[in-house]
Amino acid sequence: MDMLTPDIGLLAWQLVIFGLLFFILRKFAWGPITASLKEREDNIQGALDLAEKTRGEMAKLKSENEQILAQARNERDVMLRGAKETADKMVADARDRANVEGQRMLEQAREAMQNERQALVSQMKKEVVNLSIEVAEKVLRRELTDKASQEKLVQDLVATSHLN
Amino acid sequence: MMSSSINRFLLVFALIFSTVAGAFAQEHPAEGHEGEAKGEKKFNVGEMIFHHINDDRGWEFAHGVTLPLPVILYTADRGVEVFSSSRLNHGEIYNGYKSEHGHVQRVNAAGKPVEGVKVYDFSITKNVASLLLSAIILLVVFTSIAGAYGKNRGKAPSGLQSFLEPIVVFVRDEIAKPNLGPKYAKYLPYLLTLFFFILVNNLLGLLPGGANLTGNIAVTIVLAVITFFVTNLSGNKHYWLHLVKPTGVPVALLPIMIPVEIVGLFMKPLSLMIRLFANITAGHIIILALLSLIFIAGQAGMGTGYGISLIVVPFTLFMNLIELLVAFLQAFIFTLLTSMYIGSAIEDSHEADHGIGYNTPGEEIG
Repeated sequence: MDMLTPDIGLLAWQLVIFGLLFFILRKFAWGPITASLKEREDNIQGALDLAEKTRGEMAKLKSENEQILAQARNERDVMLRGAKETADKMVADARDRANVEGQRMLEQAREAMQNERQALVSQMKKEVVNLSIEVAEKVLRRELTDKASQEKLVQDLVATSHLN
Repeated sequence: MMSSSINRFLLVFALIFSTVAGAFAQEHPAEGHEGEAKGEKKFNVGEMIFHHINDDRGWEFAHGVTLPLPVILYTADRGVEVFSSSRLNHGEIYNGYKSEHGHVQRVNAAGKPVEGVKVYDFSITKNVASLLLSAIILLVVFTSIAGAYGKNRGKAPSGLQSFLEPIVVFVRDEIAKPNLGPKYAKYLPYLLTLFFFILVNNLLGLLPGGANLTGNIAVTIVLAVITFFVTNLSGNKHYWLHLVKPTGVPVALLPIMIPVEIVGLFMKPLSLMIRLFANITAGHIIILALLSLIFIAGQAGMGTGYGISLIVVPFTLFMNLIELLVAFLQAFIFTLLTSMYIGSAIEDSHEADHGIGYNTPGEEIG
């Protein structure tokens, strides 16, 4: 049994035993073991994939929610802005109308005052004329005892009097 | 904390003790060692080492404690004969057979070999017994684990199952998948069997009194030849084409390259065979040689022997640990190379250059 020459007996035994070992282990050990390992890994992978998918869906859902929220906020803003614009417009309109009305009333008042004044002036003129005529009549009655002085007076009067 | 340090101390003590005990068991070499009278002990290092490296008819656990094993012989004229190996001890003649340097010969009454009778020896030697033992261990361990997988279905692995599962996964993910690609599942049972067979036998060989099975060339030759057949029987068109027309080789070099490729075909299993055999045998020889130093020194005087042992024993312990590493390493390397050889045979494309870069675009090959 030298070291470098293979022994036929051991050679044969090794071949037989290793071969049997291989076939038995393949059928009863490696098959079930690798199958369960694969099954477990598939399970874990499946669970991880599911978690990943769920997370993706959650993120999608969240972003959708945010989108809806943002949209709602936008709409609210638009509505608020619209309402404010309407209110502003109404106020402005009212102010404008009031202005115009005021202006018109002012105008009317001014016109009325003008008319009043006109009437007053003409009344006054009439009064003054009547008064003057009365005064003149009195003066004349006193002074115009003679004809000459009457004429003279009339001429003076005519010369000096300016109507109005 | 306390108990763990005690445990560690006990472990170290046990290791040292087993090494020393192994050394004492190895003190008295070889069967048929004559002149073993008290006082003048002749210590033959080479004989002792080869006695321990080589196969034996009986299993000697310690000196004088030998388990006789069956001798199975086949001869053309007498057929199969089975008898105990103890009948052939010390060169005795039994039933016309005599063991001469481990080889059984047909002899006549005078003890002279009979010419022309070829004796086929299928004895259960120490190595065959160890082989059977390892096969039983592997069968028991892995079928029970397979059962545990059935029982623990959908649960976390436990016990032995969780100890061996990472190794199985390692063989699958680090050895089979990268080298074999998508078709790995077909070869995985062979790689797993190979890995655990070599590993278990390497470890059994490290035990005191264990057989040097993976350091026996008959064992490694069978493993290498199986790998050779698995590789070449699964070789595809590219593999064989690569043999007669290596990729990227100038035509002028083909007369050299083709013989080289063909020689390489046989060199691969040959290297597998020699690597495992030489590594394991060398490890055993180193440990035995170191321990022999004690007895060589012991011949000069008891004190010298004990003195030397203070240096040798720690060193042997260190070597034992290295051998433990080598046991795993060689199982890994044998399996890895086997899967690489198979991988190169079943590969679809021409990437069989193993990273040398024949196909890398723009790369100059000097």
